[in-house]
Amino acid sequence: MIEARGLTKRYGDTVAVDNLSFAVEPGRITGFLGPNGAGKTTTMRMILGLDRPTSGTVTINGKRLSQLAWPMREVGALIDAKAVHGGRSAYNHLLCLAQTNNLPARRVGEVLGLVGLSEVAKKRTKGFSLGMGQRLGIAAALLGDPAILMFDEPVNGLDPEGILWIRNLMKALAAEGRTVFVSSHLMSEMENTADTLIVIGRGKLIAQSTVAEFIAANSQQSVRVVTPDISALTALVTAAGATVRDDRDGKLVVLGLTPAQVGDLAFEHRIRLHELAPAHASLEQAFMELTASSVEFHAGLPASPDTDALTAGRVG
Amino acid sequence: MASVAAHEKLVGGVVAHHPPGRAGFGGAVRSEFTKIRSVRSTYWTLIALFIIVVGFGILFSWGQTMRLASISHGFTPGGQPVPPHNFLTAQEAQIRSHAASVSLFGLLIGQLIITVLGALTITAEYSTGMIRTSLATMPRRGTLFAAKAAVFGFVALVTGLVTSFVAFFIGQAILSSWHVNTTLGHPGVLRAVIGGGLFIAVCGLLSFGIGAMLRHSAGAIGASIGVLFVVWILSNFLPGPPSGWFGQADIDKWIPLDAGSRIWLSQQIGIHQFSPWIGFAVFCAYAAAAIIGGLILFLRRDA
Repeated sequence: MIEARGLTKRYGDTVAVDNLSFAVEPGRITGFLGPNGAGKTTTMRMILGLDRPTSGTVTINGKRLSQLAWPMREVGALIDAKAVHGGRSAYNHLLCLAQTNNLPARRVGEVLGLVGLSEVAKKRTKGFSLGMGQRLGIAAALLGDPAILMFDEPVNGLDPEGILWIRNLMKALAAEGRTVFVSSHLMSEMENTADTLIVIGRGKLIAQSTVAEFIAANSQQSVRVVTPDISALTALVTAAGATVRDDRDGKLVVLGLTPAQVGDLAFEHRIRLHELAPAHASLEQAFMELTASSVEFHAGLPASPDTDALTAGRVG
Repeated sequence: MASVAAHEKLVGGVVAHHPPGRAGFGGAVRSEFTKIRSVRSTYWTLIALFIIVVGFGILFSWGQTMRLASISHGFTPGGQPVPPHNFLTAQEAQIRSHAASVSLFGLLIGQLIITVLGALTITAEYSTGMIRTSLATMPRRGTLFAAKAAVFGFVALVTGLVTSFVAFFIGQAILSSWHVNTTLGHPGVLRAVIGGGLFIAVCGLLSFGIGAMLRHSAGAIGASIGVLFVVWILSNFLPGPPSGWFGQADIDKWIPLDAGSRIWLSQQIGIHQFSPWIGFAVFCAYAAAAIIGGLILFLRRDA
């Protein structure tokens, strides 16, 4: 269990993390979500004692990391795939970490096998690809067989196979009852893996809830309709109090009615429907709506019809 | 590609989660020893240290035999030095009393090499980003710092002692061709040869402390060489204080390199200098100041 209370980090006038309080529960994957620059990495660094909070506290099982008897046996962290000395072999890198916590040397071989790096164990990590670096970082996190695991942007720069592997690994770890705390700015990734979410923007807590609750609470349900008689249906559902967005390719996105209501209306007025489907709002959409005001740097894109497609959400 | 199935074999506590005790100095020392022995820069610098110190020792010793040859007897018509007989010129006497120091003179260059390793031991953690992993696995910073300093200090001391003894014996072998038979039993000689190893270790630790403060490899190496070498050179060129203050030598003896070198010079040079062990203590105090400064910043700063 990781608990933050009033966690704050200031760099001069910049507030990186602003009075953040949350709890990360065991046995599930908790996604730590926020746009780039929201303060995710700074928060994780404070959990690991790398940065000292300006105020507030963060504890692991009730203690600061430096107070834990065997830190690696309680918490494993992947902060940064590049946080290794490139001149050292993968084996020696893991061995020097294992020794600090009196972990047996055979454990190094086990985690190397687990992440699929056994064949390059004696190679210097300088030549590792980003994916191999991520695996090495995960191997380091798993060395102490800890009950709490933290991963900062673990899928960054990975190929689809690597992403799937990490996703399955995280699920397996959580299924064993471990606490998995994973940060990402990729909403779609969190939707596929996380059970609960902690959402931050500009260092502030925006939401803490399950993924389903988060989507339900923060986005409108919509219905996607394909009909040859667009104008008639548009008039009909608008009269029924819904709002309509034209999806350009002959599809309508209806907001404010259920699929059943749209289907019944069409049937009563003899309008043919070729397709009728609920459009589940994605985490991405909910996230965009919620953090729209807290993104640190707006890109300033010109408004275009494409932005509609973006905000309309994906068909589930 | 590793499978998740492979992971499931590990479940159920391959590692006992809470053995008695806590992660401490012993584990940190083993870890730091693995770190220092598993990167090539360690070997490069230590081998370079050995070759330079021994090599310069050979060169200086050979140079002194040439001087002895030219002052006492000159050369035979065939160009071979004539063996000496039983009289000594004043200069010969001086060379003989300094025989140990002559063979150790390479330490002046060797100190520059050990400062590189001393600085890198801590700055490479920052330049590579390894410090984040190190602190996340061993968050008790004072313990980590002490282990790092102890392991580096030990490696530097052992290398320094081996280098110093080898340089001494080879140097004396060369000088003995002129019957300058200095042995470890002569007054101050054993101290000087052991002192060579101590001097190397403390030079490295001074640089380690500066490295912990600056966290930047080139900056730390530059600053260490500045403190050790540049200050020493400047002191030999700058004018002394106005007369009526205190003597030039009274300042010079506090120069780190001057104070630290007392220990490996087999004979006292000049009455204004510190005695060997006092000078070495002064030198250790400089190194301790750098290390304490480094430790305070290491404990306080964000990594």
